Amino acid sequence: MPTIIEKIFQNHTGDRVEVGETIWLEIDLRTARDFAGANVVKNLIENYGGNYVNNASKTFFTFDCNAPANTIEYATNHQICRKFARENGIKIYDVDSGIGSHVVIEEGLAYPGVTAVSTDSHFNLLGAVGAFGQGMGDVDIAFAFKTGKIWFEVPPTIKVNFLGMPSDAWSAKDLALLCVKELKRVALGKAIEFYGDIIDSLSLDGRITLSSMVTEMGGIAGFITPDKRIISFCEKNSGKKIKPVYADDANYEKEIDIDVSTLEPMVALPPSPSNVRRVRDVGDVKIDSVFIGSCTNGRMDDMLSAWKIIKGKKISEDVKMKIVPATRRIWKEMLDKGLIKDFFEAGAIVSHACCAGCASGQIGMTGIDENQASTSNRNFKGKQGAGNTYLVSPATAAASALSGYITGGDEI
Amino acid sequence: MKICGRVWKLEKDGKLIDDIDTDMIYHNKYLHITDKKEMGKYAFSNLQGWEDFPKKAKKGDIIFAGENFGCGSSRQQAVDCFIQLGINAIVAKSFGAIYRRNAINSGLVVIECKDIDRVDIKNGEEIEIDLIKGEIIKNGKILIKATPMSAIQYAIYKAGNLFEYAKSIQ
Repeated sequence: MPTIIEKIFQNHTGDRVEVGETIWLEIDLRTARDFAGANVVKNLIENYGGNYVNNASKTFFTFDCNAPANTIEYATNHQICRKFARENGIKIYDVDSGIGSHVVIEEGLAYPGVTAVSTDSHFNLLGAVGAFGQGMGDVDIAFAFKTGKIWFEVPPTIKVNFLGMPSDAWSAKDLALLCVKELKRVALGKAIEFYGDIIDSLSLDGRITLSSMVTEMGGIAGFITPDKRIISFCEKNSGKKIKPVYADDANYEKEIDIDVSTLEPMVALPPSPSNVRRVRDVGDVKIDSVFIGSCTNGRMDDMLSAWKIIKGKKISEDVKMKIVPATRRIWKEMLDKGLIKDFFEAGAIVSHACCAGCASGQIGMTGIDENQASTSNRNFKGKQGAGNTYLVSPATAAASALSGYITGGDEI
Repeated sequence: MKICGRVWKLEKDGKLIDDIDTDMIYHNKYLHITDKKEMGKYAFSNLQGWEDFPKKAKKGDIIFAGENFGCGSSRQQAVDCFIQLGINAIVAKSFGAIYRRNAINSGLVVIECKDIDRVDIKNGEEIEIDLIKGEIIKNGKILIKATPMSAIQYAIYKAGNLFEYAKSIQ
């Protein structure tokens, strides 16, 4: 029996879907963002004389990384995308909207069973709602704009069973970090399906956190079977009756059990997301800054988790704390619920919705020798500035902001 | 079909480097650049010990690397920078999935060879790669088998890039 990715593929191709086969896949949703968006436009103009878009209603631009632009080069690239979009009847989610992969879920464009491609390597986080998302380079995305199709080699799927339920403090990010550690090399080039009580317990936001780090696991996409809450959320946003895609008795390449009964706050030490330890095992790591946000941890659950720890307290005077919600909708909810005031009073900076520091954006860059506790997904050297990035959950980031040292969210 | 070139082994402490990510290949501070001609000079500018690679590389060179080459971002620039330098091929134990397809689409040869670190090839030596048979050859002798190019990879490579390939099948 087919896996989730095989079922979605079969619904979007006339080709035979079998692991290792190359198929032509119909793409329901194609987006480009500010980084690579201008390159997509350039590719289209250089290779096709007009008639650049197969179906404008399925095609979008989002401005995630450097939004609003803080350099003339980025501002120019944004303008290239806007101009092209207007000329071709494509909708833009402009610099005030937030991270594209989140916007397409909130706007009801991505829902269970959909195929979607973008210039964002974390677009596979759409697996959180049971959709197939894939990040690609500008050649692929230009081709998808023009034809509505891409080629794809059908990957094998591995099934990950999480065993047990942790009793102590844990978060979806701790689960994701543990998973990056356990699946390094194993998941490379493969699809993943996640199962277990801990998965059933995750909210949409937690599912996004886990799925977003499938890229760091080396995986193609990580699928979480949508439950009633997810289906109802997606039906409300899309206005469509949704039939989710399940795997029943599927043929997996491999099944992996990961015990999570003792899961606790985790940290990935620089310079690799798989360099994962328990927070309590790393000793005293003094930090200079904290960043909460990104496509991994910029949602409302993440903000609430940090807020519960920070509210009514002052962050360490040695620490700069930067908070960036993933989307405009989350920003408004933070405003309405009073989070922004409490973060402000604790001494944090709250910025507009975007990717922030992940692609040399505005908020979250580090200087030489600066240590930053960050809720983002990558701590590669130079990824978020010249300093050292420690990947943590929002709770651990908030606790660390108070103490000035990497501190588990359960310790405050 | 065979290609040949001079080998650069991306090594540290005598071992091929694993997990060379796209920020090491092409750092995010250059992402605003859309002119491909500008990209070659930034190749490996964030990979410790290899910052001067663009000055040393010659047209036709072949790069050897460890596991998971090109992990991370979807940026096409991390492929285009090598095309601009005239790099003939990258042979690695494995590739990041997005990187691999970006390379295929741009006509940059990427060859997977699990045991590439076990063969007797020194930096600067000339080798041949048989793309169809997946063979790595030195002085006419097959040193090791690699994964042959997939049918679509070869077809796109022959056409030049994905756009040209698509025109040829329409």
